Amino acid sequence: MTNHWVDIKNADVILCMGGNSAEAHPCGFKWVTEAKAHNKARLVVVDPRFTRTASVADVYAPIRSGSDIAFLGGLINYLLTHERIQQEYVRNYTDATFLVRDDFAFEQGLFSGYDAEKHGYDRSSWNYQIGADGYVKTDPTLAHPRCVYQLMKQHYARYTPEMVERVCGTPQAKFLQIAELIASTSTPIRSMTIMYALGWTQHSVGSQMIRAGAMVQLLLGNIGVAGGGMNALRGHSNIQGLTDLGLMSNLLTGYMTLPNESEQDYAKYVAKRTFKPLRPNQLSYWQNFDKFFVSFMKAWWGDAATAENHWGYEYLPKLDKSYDMLQTFELMAQGKMNGFICQGFNPIGAAPSKAKINAGLAKLKFLVVMDPLATETSEFWRNFGEHNDVDPKQIPTEVFRLPTQCFAEEDGSLVNSSRWLQWHWKGQNPPGEARTDLQIMGELYERIRTLYVAEGGAYPDPIVKLSWPYLNPRSPSAEELAREYSGKALKDLADPENPGHVTRKAGEQLAGFAELRNDGSTASGCWIYCGAWGPTGNLMTRRDNSDPTGLGETLDWAFAWPANRRIMYNRASCDPSGKPFNPDRKVIAWNGHAWTGADVPDYKVDENPSLGMGPFIMNAEGVARFFAKDNLVEGPFPVHYEPLETPLAANPFSPQQPLALNNPAARVFKDDRQAFGKADRFPHIGTTYRLTEHFHFWTKHCRLNSILQPEQFVEIGEALAGELGVKAGDRVKVESNRGYIKAVAVVTKRLKPLQVAGKTVHHVGIPIHWGFTGLAKPGYMANTLTPSVGDANSQTPEFKSFLVRVEKL
Amino acid sequence: MPLQSLDIVRRSATTQPPPGVRAAASPSVAKLIDTSKCIGCKACQVACMEWNDLRDGIGTNVGVYDNPPDLTDQSWTVMRFSEYENPSGNLEWLIRKDGCMHCQDPGCLKACPAPGAIVQYANGIVDFQEENCIGCGYCIAGCPFNIPRISRRDHKAYKCTLCSDRVAVGLEPACIKACPTGALVFGTKEDMIQHAAERVQDLKSRGFEQAALYDPQGVEGTHVMYVLHHGDQPELYSDLPKDPRISPTVRLWKGIAKPIGLALMGFAALTGFLHYVRVGPNETTERDEEAAAEARKRTEEQTKRPAPPETRPPGPGKQS
Repeated sequence: MTNHWVDIKNADVILCMGGNSAEAHPCGFKWVTEAKAHNKARLVVVDPRFTRTASVADVYAPIRSGSDIAFLGGLINYLLTHERIQQEYVRNYTDATFLVRDDFAFEQGLFSGYDAEKHGYDRSSWNYQIGADGYVKTDPTLAHPRCVYQLMKQHYARYTPEMVERVCGTPQAKFLQIAELIASTSTPIRSMTIMYALGWTQHSVGSQMIRAGAMVQLLLGNIGVAGGGMNALRGHSNIQGLTDLGLMSNLLTGYMTLPNESEQDYAKYVAKRTFKPLRPNQLSYWQNFDKFFVSFMKAWWGDAATAENHWGYEYLPKLDKSYDMLQTFELMAQGKMNGFICQGFNPIGAAPSKAKINAGLAKLKFLVVMDPLATETSEFWRNFGEHNDVDPKQIPTEVFRLPTQCFAEEDGSLVNSSRWLQWHWKGQNPPGEARTDLQIMGELYERIRTLYVAEGGAYPDPIVKLSWPYLNPRSPSAEELAREYSGKALKDLADPENPGHVTRKAGEQLAGFAELRNDGSTASGCWIYCGAWGPTGNLMTRRDNSDPTGLGETLDWAFAWPANRRIMYNRASCDPSGKPFNPDRKVIAWNGHAWTGADVPDYKVDENPSLGMGPFIMNAEGVARFFAKDNLVEGPFPVHYEPLETPLAANPFSPQQPLALNNPAARVFKDDRQAFGKADRFPHIGTTYRLTEHFHFWTKHCRLNSILQPEQFVEIGEALAGELGVKAGDRVKVESNRGYIKAVAVVTKRLKPLQVAGKTVHHVGIPIHWGFTGLAKPGYMANTLTPSVGDANSQTPEFKSFLVRVEKL
Repeated sequence: MPLQSLDIVRRSATTQPPPGVRAAASPSVAKLIDTSKCIGCKACQVACMEWNDLRDGIGTNVGVYDNPPDLTDQSWTVMRFSEYENPSGNLEWLIRKDGCMHCQDPGCLKACPAPGAIVQYANGIVDFQEENCIGCGYCIAGCPFNIPRISRRDHKAYKCTLCSDRVAVGLEPACIKACPTGALVFGTKEDMIQHAAERVQDLKSRGFEQAALYDPQGVEGTHVMYVLHHGDQPELYSDLPKDPRISPTVRLWKGIAKPIGLALMGFAALTGFLHYVRVGPNETTERDEEAAAEARKRTEEQTKRPAPPETRPPGPGKQS
């Protein structure tokens, strides 16, 4: 979240799109009811299904799954053509005035530089025009035909209300009612928050859907203000922590990226990530990249990381390609993996196409499952009748199940969607032979290290030189790790302005990432967490909810990264002179010598606003981008592309260009493409989701949750049920080109047929929570049905839109 | 609950006056269920099962979200979901937490023939005291909301206690504590009526002209109340009765019929006594005995009596 849960109470309009927060985040949803009850907020829900969130909404509009960019593009077009934008914000805080290269083009659904054979782009034309002074050329009047504002206006001119209705199936009147309500927040004193989750991320164009939402918010001046923001609601209690700590295969901690194969040279690796300002007097905070990186390397390799060996740069793997989840299971299916350690992960439920995952697991020599529960993955080799019809004799994989503790059985920190690191204390000891994940990893490391020391190996250094300074090396404590990721001084740190004065003694914890250095004198395992365990102790344990301004910033509650800041980009809540746009919701302000207020300023605290530094200090531009340059693989502006499995034969926006039917930059493996189905055999749109009664595949192991939703079901609309002769409670078979499931039919008015490009389309709702282990009635894994293709940038699988056929049993 | 017994103001099938010295000790309480804030997450159902140590069976899906599909001796509250297309063509998913309404004039207590099986506390909570319950099911007939359920295990009636054990020590009911959106609130009835008025005003500003508090006067008001978007059509919310009243049979029985019946019984006893005194005992002759024996034989031959049912018949069906 750019903002945080409590801040939702400050919103005037709440748009829930690409998420069903009442269902999936009922506790956080209290802030939506708070905004409605005490801030007169209006709640808008746009969703293929009339959801639990829709049940308390002021306006609900249906939308065809996967067509969100058409809807959001329609909003962008509406705001631009009706001039319902926050002018001062757009002119000063975005790249609207920036000029784009003349060779950048967009035609028939494709941007300049497309290579159909590679399924990708040469992105060199996707950039700004650079002047002789080395800075981007701009046109403050916004009149120049090559300025981002004009290009954007032109790009979205085709996203008319008529096209929205044609592509999304959303009735025009509903779309216009919502557009008008959203446009009401273009005034500086009204704000809208967008709350989204997997309903946006789990599409082949997921990243671009989120970008389109962010563009709407930028036009309205809703980023950086109280009650605004782009708010990603995370699906696990600590999934924010997972990405923060770099558990994606291409990331290091704090969103630093791993080097690619071509980046063997340390200086070039650092230079590429040290963004020089694109406009005069911009902070471009990533210029400090080497301070974060060197401190990180010192945390991992300690004394072995030196200036001479480039802080151990050689130890880091250099990626030849992405090793995301889809790639991993592709390699496994090809028989190119021997072993797999599955820690807190149930891939035959969580990854697409169960048949492919099962086949891959069966090709392993060994599988290790670390989990508190007997997951389906750990039982993939066992025959569970129709729900897992395998022959154990044909599966040679040796499976080791290591029982672990669950979250309530260990100390540690969780990072929630609000970016708050909150410490928690163990409630009881784990049962039986279960051990903590830290114990298991500690023992594993010790044994692997011993083997490398004894036997050598191709390149033992990264393992044997790893810094492992824990009191009990076989069981590092959560406190030790927390102090390590926060960071400390390794030598006495002298004040650069006053060299005789020591600001931090060797061994002392650091107060924040501003203290990090690139000379090896500081260590911090995750720079954005720096200060969480500061010189005064563990700030994550703080539980003071005092709220002196009433805005809900509660700076003494836990620790929010970065720098305990609650609203990111909060400099943008003030006009260029430093006065809050909305005097009633003053987040920060310039007092003549410093920035102060309810929150920690996201800005240089003593920077006089008259000097023109932009509020988006992490961007080299200093401002927010409508034009994403080459940062996303499928283009600088979001474009509507159909899901990889679509009921339509052509993209309604570019019917003449077959290459632009689906995401032109999607990575699809050969066998997976062959497993896609077509609308003639699979006429219905399947979409998977979660229910409030359950949490993923865990709670079917709990009696209380199983009482609340005991048995697998799918939801179909009354119209489709009528066609199929299905009544509520009948059993149906839902089949895709990859397999089938059987479940009870919930027949509902909440799923309506939509008219899309002259066709009637029906959605089939498929909750994911069932499987063949646990206390609830046994069921099929929903991912039997889903296609193996991901968002072209993040490779998050397309679970929200695929083709199925429903039959009565 | 020995001390709570001092707060009892009404007791089923008892004519003795309740203890009176603590009459004003506790204010009238109420739970307010705001259907316009409820998202149907069922956290209240879980909290209820956990606090009260209840575990219903793991059932089946019968084609709806409601699960368990009805109240049982183990499920004292359930969420009821209904889909309603309003006159302007928009869909509404009306979700109502169902359970005991804790009527000020409780039909169950009125109908109950077992002394002390149903009590009402000074704070308004209506509580079943199962140790006194005889499992006759009259409380079901007496309830205008179809709430009590007879257990198949011990043949006693169960329902929501409004966590009388928690409320007695100053805590809110478990469901209130668990509700994530503030759809459930608890306090004095007066405060809840005031809170409801603010909610009704908010709903009216959102186009729900008929929004209202549901505090039916046919049972002298309830200690569980609803805020409804459609106060004029409570039946939209899974058949919430529009004007609930205690069934006329129960009212007749406890109102007029019981005193008349008692008077008639007394009259019969008196007449019998006078007859005995004045005419002497009624005696049977040998011929009478023979005739009776023959009649019994005939009846036994003609009808084979079915075995008595193992369990008691279920309560009346869902009220419409």
